[in-house]
Amino acid sequence: MTETGSTTIKPKKFPYRVKFEQRLTEVPRWFPAAVSVGAIVVALLLGAVVIAFAGGDPWRSYAHIARASFGSLGVFSDTLVKATPLILVGLACSVAFRMKLWNIGAEGQFFLGAFGASAVVLAPLLPAETPRWIFIPVMMLAGILAGALWGFIPGILKAKLNVNEIITTLMMNYIAVAWNNYFIFAIWTEGGFQMSPVFPKNAWLPRLADYAIQVPLFRGLTVHLGLIMALLAAVLVWFILYRSRWGYEIRLIGDNPRAAKYAGLNITRNMVLVMMLSGGLAGLAGMSEITGVVHRLQGAISPGYGFTGIIIAWLAKLNPYAVILVSVLFGGLILAGREIQPSGIPRMIQGIILVCLIASDFLIRYRVRIVRVNGEA
Amino acid sequence: MVNENQTEQPKNYVQPIVEMRGIVKRFPGVLANDHVDFELMPGEIHALLGENGAGKSTLMNILAGLYRPDSGTILIHGKPVTFTSPKDAIRSGIGMVHQHFMLVPSQTVTENILLGLDDPRFLLNLNEYHRKIENLGDQYGLKVDPRAKIWQLSVGEQQRVEILKSLYRGAEILIMDEPTAVLAPQEIDDLFKTLRSMLVSGKSVIFISHKLQEVTAIADRISVLRKGKATATSVPLGKTTRQELAQLMVGREVIFQVEKKQQQAGKLVLEVEDLHVDNDKGLPALRGVTLNVRAGEIVGLAGVAGNGQRELAQTIGGMRACTRGKILLNGDPIDNRNPRYSIQHGLGYVPEDRTHTGSSPNLSVTDNVIMKNYYKEPIAHGWVLDATSASHFAEELKTAYDIIVPNVETPVRLLSGGNLQRVILAREISGQPSFLIAVQPTRGLDVGAIEGIQRLLLAQREAGAAVLLISEELEELFSLSDRVYVIYEGRIMGEVHDSNLENVGLMMTGTPLDQIQQKGSPADD
Repeated sequence: MTETGSTTIKPKKFPYRVKFEQRLTEVPRWFPAAVSVGAIVVALLLGAVVIAFAGGDPWRSYAHIARASFGSLGVFSDTLVKATPLILVGLACSVAFRMKLWNIGAEGQFFLGAFGASAVVLAPLLPAETPRWIFIPVMMLAGILAGALWGFIPGILKAKLNVNEIITTLMMNYIAVAWNNYFIFAIWTEGGFQMSPVFPKNAWLPRLADYAIQVPLFRGLTVHLGLIMALLAAVLVWFILYRSRWGYEIRLIGDNPRAAKYAGLNITRNMVLVMMLSGGLAGLAGMSEITGVVHRLQGAISPGYGFTGIIIAWLAKLNPYAVILVSVLFGGLILAGREIQPSGIPRMIQGIILVCLIASDFLIRYRVRIVRVNGEA
Repeated sequence: MVNENQTEQPKNYVQPIVEMRGIVKRFPGVLANDHVDFELMPGEIHALLGENGAGKSTLMNILAGLYRPDSGTILIHGKPVTFTSPKDAIRSGIGMVHQHFMLVPSQTVTENILLGLDDPRFLLNLNEYHRKIENLGDQYGLKVDPRAKIWQLSVGEQQRVEILKSLYRGAEILIMDEPTAVLAPQEIDDLFKTLRSMLVSGKSVIFISHKLQEVTAIADRISVLRKGKATATSVPLGKTTRQELAQLMVGREVIFQVEKKQQQAGKLVLEVEDLHVDNDKGLPALRGVTLNVRAGEIVGLAGVAGNGQRELAQTIGGMRACTRGKILLNGDPIDNRNPRYSIQHGLGYVPEDRTHTGSSPNLSVTDNVIMKNYYKEPIAHGWVLDATSASHFAEELKTAYDIIVPNVETPVRLLSGGNLQRVILAREISGQPSFLIAVQPTRGLDVGAIEGIQRLLLAQREAGAAVLLISEELEELFSLSDRVYVIYEGRIMGEVHDSNLENVGLMMTGTPLDQIQQKGSPADD
């Protein structure tokens, strides 16, 4: 902030100026939520300007987005399908960010999770006729372990050698994609196409539509078991963070590592463990996507879920339950986005919302006042 | 003092180059400068003496344009000035070398010196500037390679770069904030030579320090600050003694006696033997400290901050390794282990830094009080944290230690200093430590809070715990402690049982007790 002038007479000066003051008292509980809602409204208004500028009718576009993602049971189910991996990667990022470990490798851990799950079918670790109740848990475990391994490597490097985890996790994303491609192109390829054979049906996560014969309402609903896994994971993460010894350690180290050291906590061990938990959750997202939606290993399994997870974790303020809410909203935006335009405007609106929400944080920490400019002695 | 509107000067009158009059600067909760006067004559080295927190740096930061005074005037060459930024001060010829250097490590010396200047405007002929800076360095005996990158330089060399930076900007007045704190003895000699060579070319120096030996070695005149007030202004070196200066610096206040029960000290609890420890920069912070604390006594450690107290506390707390020597707690060696090892052997530790080490600001009171027993019954059952018994525990401590807070789920960053200190003490004492180390436990607190904290420490003594109290508040040290060690530059200068402040002042500024006693009555040099 620049200091304004001294007593010396300067020609006409605007008599008021905006002043930012740090808040010294706690804001009421409703305030952060109100600020967030306000930020979204502002973001939508800004988006409306852009849509109008591009020659569209903003209100019809917004109405269309709402209808295309939340308008009926069918589309809402599709929204939830999109939200499922987002919840899991959002949780993965939240856990790591809690400890100020900037894991931006959820994307790679997602791919490794998908790979681990696929390996169970394609290696094959289990024969194709294995019953579903064995197949699914084993694939889950394989996905989680593969993702956790991808988190373990940057974790141990950070803990032992203080290697910057932002760089390692980012770089390992590329390795993960290339690793998957190798298997898709060379080993598990189906007739030369860049994809594996379709998994046997008993390796698919059950969908609501599978029970349409018993419950006609479920016809065409694509929501799969992965959603339940994601919701349970959110509850589990909440429990770990707030009701377990380990979670207490994570929160303490995240808030003040010096105090944690002083209290006798083992910081390096927790770094590794948290990176593994984070990787495991992202790996589970990959497993859920591959067995619930794609049903085969192929190249394009993620439109950047891992990176969206970073945004989601941030918008949810690292709260596991808020991650669910934000993921559903983002799922809707992704789905509706395709309805309007393959790329461009919907992505841009996502971006505007993000910028507004993050900027609005300022209002929680500072108060804006308009003060009279007065001469100081 | 010269009248402000006086136009005709007496014949022999030399105008002060800097005059500061009635400077007042208030920070939240602290009156850092309370109507302080200060003047600097051309061609002198003027020492500004005082303990940490006496307001020396604040006063000089005002002169260097970093802070604005709440009231008071500054005159440079007799003309009143208002500085709104350090740039204004530099334009008036005032340069300051801060305690923490403001250099860009990855850039060269020349680049650092040119940084922020208008010339060169666009094209940079580095060779030309390398030469200029080399010449400037030669002139003042500041040898440093202009092409070297800052990170390759020693601390002493970096300081030279800072001085060069000021000189290059045309500084006539150089403010040195605790310049010797980071230097080796040889480098101190070099620095003193440089400062003297600057006087020859007509510059003036303000030398901020709390070390009497250095001040008497270099200064022409001395001003002393104590708790924001000037206790001596512009005293020529010849007209004072070290004893007087020590007294002016430390003060001589009536020591009020807190109610302290007579009791016999028990068995040895803490034994520190010949402890050598390095500080964060890898320089020795403790050079052979030996001390002990018995059960049922409070032992004080006096000294100006930065003489190794923090490192001593951290080493006992298991947060810092020692290079030599040992620490025994209840007979068990605890040096070079880890914090939890020390805690499990009976250590309670109230760290110096309440907000950065002692507590976790965004976590609740509950989360803060369970910091050291969260993994034990009844707070934890195996892996699960029992939230109910944790908040019961917090409620109990809240009542027992009068922690004033709406509820125990409040984040501790919202607590006042006194309340936060109670949270920390409650946590440490509730662990029933056999040894408690408290570093500056009452700093920055108001009178009522101070009394409460002191009572808690005395209660520990009565309960039979051994307490090591590290403080800069001599008053507090002598009223609470059974005996007091004085530390200076990582060495124990001696142990005293009475409150002979004169001797303590001398010991705090570097004279060992046996030397004082040898000389019989203290004499100056």
